Amino acid sequence: MFQNFPLWPISASTMSGRVDALFIFLLVVCGFMTIAIFVLILFFAARYRRRPGFEAEQIEGSNALELTWSIVPLAIFMVIFTWGAVIYFQGRTPPQGADEIYVVAKQWMWKLQHEGGQREINELHVPVGRDIKMIMTSQDVIHSFYVPAFRIKQDVLPGRYTTAWFHATRAGTYHLFCAEYCGTQHSGMIGQVVVMEPAQYEAWLAGGTSGAPLAVTGQKLFAELGCSTCHRSDAQGRGPDLDGVFGKPVLLEDGRTVTVDEDYVRESILSPAAKVVKGFKPIMPTFQGIVSEEQVNALVAYVKSLAQPPPGQATRSANLAAPQTHTEQVH
Amino acid sequence: MATAAFPASEREHYLNKDYGIRSWLLTTDHKRIALLYLLSITFFFFIGGFFALLIRLELLTPAGDLVQADTYNKLFTMHGQVMIFFFLIPSIPAVLGNFLVPLMIGAKDLAFPRINLLSWYLYIIAGVMMLHAMLTGGVDTGWTFYTPFSTAFSNTRVIEAGLSIFVAGFSSILTGLNFVVTIHRMRAPGMTWSRLPLFIWALYATSIIQLLGTPVLAITLVLVVLERAFHFGIFDPTQGGDPLLFQHLFWFYSHPAVYIMILPSMGVVTEIIACFSRKRIFGYKFVALASIGIAVLGFLVWAHHMFVAGISLYSALIFSILSYLVAVPSAIKVFNWTATMYKGSISFSTPMLYAFGFIGLFTMGGMTGLFLACLGVDVHVTDTYFVVAHFHYIMVGSAVMGYLGGMHFWWPKISGRMYPEGWGRLAALTVFIGFNLTFFPQFILGYMGMPRRYWQYPPEFQILNVLSTAGSTILAVGYVLPMVYFLWSMRYGKHATDNPWGAAGLEWKTASPPPTFNFDEPPQVSWEAYDYEHIPAPEEVPVAR
Repeated sequence: MFQNFPLWPISASTMSGRVDALFIFLLVVCGFMTIAIFVLILFFAARYRRRPGFEAEQIEGSNALELTWSIVPLAIFMVIFTWGAVIYFQGRTPPQGADEIYVVAKQWMWKLQHEGGQREINELHVPVGRDIKMIMTSQDVIHSFYVPAFRIKQDVLPGRYTTAWFHATRAGTYHLFCAEYCGTQHSGMIGQVVVMEPAQYEAWLAGGTSGAPLAVTGQKLFAELGCSTCHRSDAQGRGPDLDGVFGKPVLLEDGRTVTVDEDYVRESILSPAAKVVKGFKPIMPTFQGIVSEEQVNALVAYVKSLAQPPPGQATRSANLAAPQTHTEQVH
Repeated sequence: MATAAFPASEREHYLNKDYGIRSWLLTTDHKRIALLYLLSITFFFFIGGFFALLIRLELLTPAGDLVQADTYNKLFTMHGQVMIFFFLIPSIPAVLGNFLVPLMIGAKDLAFPRINLLSWYLYIIAGVMMLHAMLTGGVDTGWTFYTPFSTAFSNTRVIEAGLSIFVAGFSSILTGLNFVVTIHRMRAPGMTWSRLPLFIWALYATSIIQLLGTPVLAITLVLVVLERAFHFGIFDPTQGGDPLLFQHLFWFYSHPAVYIMILPSMGVVTEIIACFSRKRIFGYKFVALASIGIAVLGFLVWAHHMFVAGISLYSALIFSILSYLVAVPSAIKVFNWTATMYKGSISFSTPMLYAFGFIGLFTMGGMTGLFLACLGVDVHVTDTYFVVAHFHYIMVGSAVMGYLGGMHFWWPKISGRMYPEGWGRLAALTVFIGFNLTFFPQFILGYMGMPRRYWQYPPEFQILNVLSTAGSTILAVGYVLPMVYFLWSMRYGKHATDNPWGAAGLEWKTASPPPTFNFDEPPQVSWEAYDYEHIPAPEEVPVAR
């Protein structure tokens, strides 16, 4: 309906329709309240303008009215709040099985890497009709990943991961903006999201000069950096076995429990002593300054690949090292 | 110094008691200090306004062509810092509040006259530091100083600007402290809390925010300075710090700071509407309590600036719902102002036109605040021009409308002269039209997705930007006009009577301009606030020439 209306942004994701619907609801409700107030004021101004022979009539107030115009707006506000909260919740909860894109922001560019290893700068190619989850971090200051056509925005922070997801519904090329001020070329830190029909996307994937899949790169690094000498699966290791741990809760030395997610793996690489798994000593050296953000991403992708695959897909596919039994299957 | 040169018919008042630079720079008279502030904040207003015009000119075209990217970043940073810390926050409290608090409650002066002067000197020291920082390179962090950009990446004068705002903060704290003590301790006999003008209630609420919030900003800025100078690592993730901690601390002050800017304006508008409708304020107690409610709830909503910053889902939900709660007292005020006009006797004098303008712009700003408090919508519009438009409707549209309305309303009392009514109305209309032309297109730009703080932008956003820039030139004319005719009226304006508007309030029961100690005899209050039933309306709305 609004696609050809030049004062309205393009709508190209499952989220954009929902946000627009709520926005229109707000326009109608707030527009109505605003006009009601303006009409009343203008009416009073005209009706009770100062004229000779007419005196103002003093009125103390009215508790009933005060209550009414406190409670009625509050009730309307709660409807808006609830609706907005539902949409926010959907936006913050990436669906299971989404394709993952690793995003590294830096002054002043976007570096994006697909699970298959394809790298892009300031451009993101994605297929229409699939859930895409972005796992994002920054190499320097805070940035913000903003695609107006998808109605999504998420700040990208140094030192941790934030995530965002979308499900594109229309092929096309859309703006990718940095929405958090990040220095001189903030307004130059823009790129585009190219949404393609699945067949074209497959062609694009195949045609790219891609390196190895991210998890494979991670696996190589895992060996090169010597991680595998301690993180072994034979219970002899000085570090916890990483097979199958991703997505599971683990008990820590201090009695807390954390779920192994991207952020925990990342933190364990860069600040290993922060959350030590029960039964192990804080002997792991930090890799802060040794591995780049991209390498951390590859390691995270590798640890993730050690966990269970979505059913029907071989994880540790032939590309990956010698097949092993999945912890998941042991249980 | 000499007072002899005056015609015998002219009585002595605070303006002609002494002459000479010393009598002003060493004064402890709250009215003179108010005028010192008036001069200083006007100076900074035009500096900030000049930056704003350059910003708008740059945005006339999509390409970054007028100034360099770095220059543009400094322009919007210094526009924000100057306007917020050196104009808006001191505007109504330090000028009108300083002048009126003792007059309205029937006191001789503020509780601590010398601390009052100290506040102004701190402000001036801070202002000189800020000017120095601007002239020796400027700052490019955005007025928000977000870490780690401000602590580790910006190559500009962050430390000096931060320390300048730190000092300005103490000026603000001392003013707030002075008002709180004065309102508690210095009220004239019979001036009970329920008889206080609602402007005083609004300033009381404001002062509480200044007292409780500003120290947090001061601490935060010190941390930024320490981190920048000595790499403390508080906000640096590579040292185990957290950049989001900065945002929490910063907004803990800076959201309530919005209420420091808007509450006094609400107070001014309340006085004006009562006077020019010749009515008691509808629901006095609710309007008074709404001010306190805003001050208290205003401290509990800060993280609504951070819905996409990486805070947890659940804290976002809580801060969203609290943001809706703080909207209720604002709504109560708007409804009560409207109801006050019912069966009134309404005149369309200049201050009333500003009050109408205030309600219009504040309603628009408040309503769009509901959009931003709404989590699902905020994700899309935060950090875009939608936010820019929203906060300008509140902090510039409404707050400055209230300030100008108040300046016109009390100008006869301050200067003893009337401003030209026709010009006054024209300026009010110009500001209203110019403001809407400037900022309304920005709502649309924001929903279209144009991010804020962009030096260059995609060409599809140009038409709306051109409209906005065109509006800003009209707005500029609207803001310059009052300065011109106020200055003119000081010499040529008609002499004001003690109470030209037929207004209630103790300040109108003394001479215009008031004597140094405000009242010849200490006033005794035996009537309720807004006692318009017993005050005759002026024969005609006074018009000079």
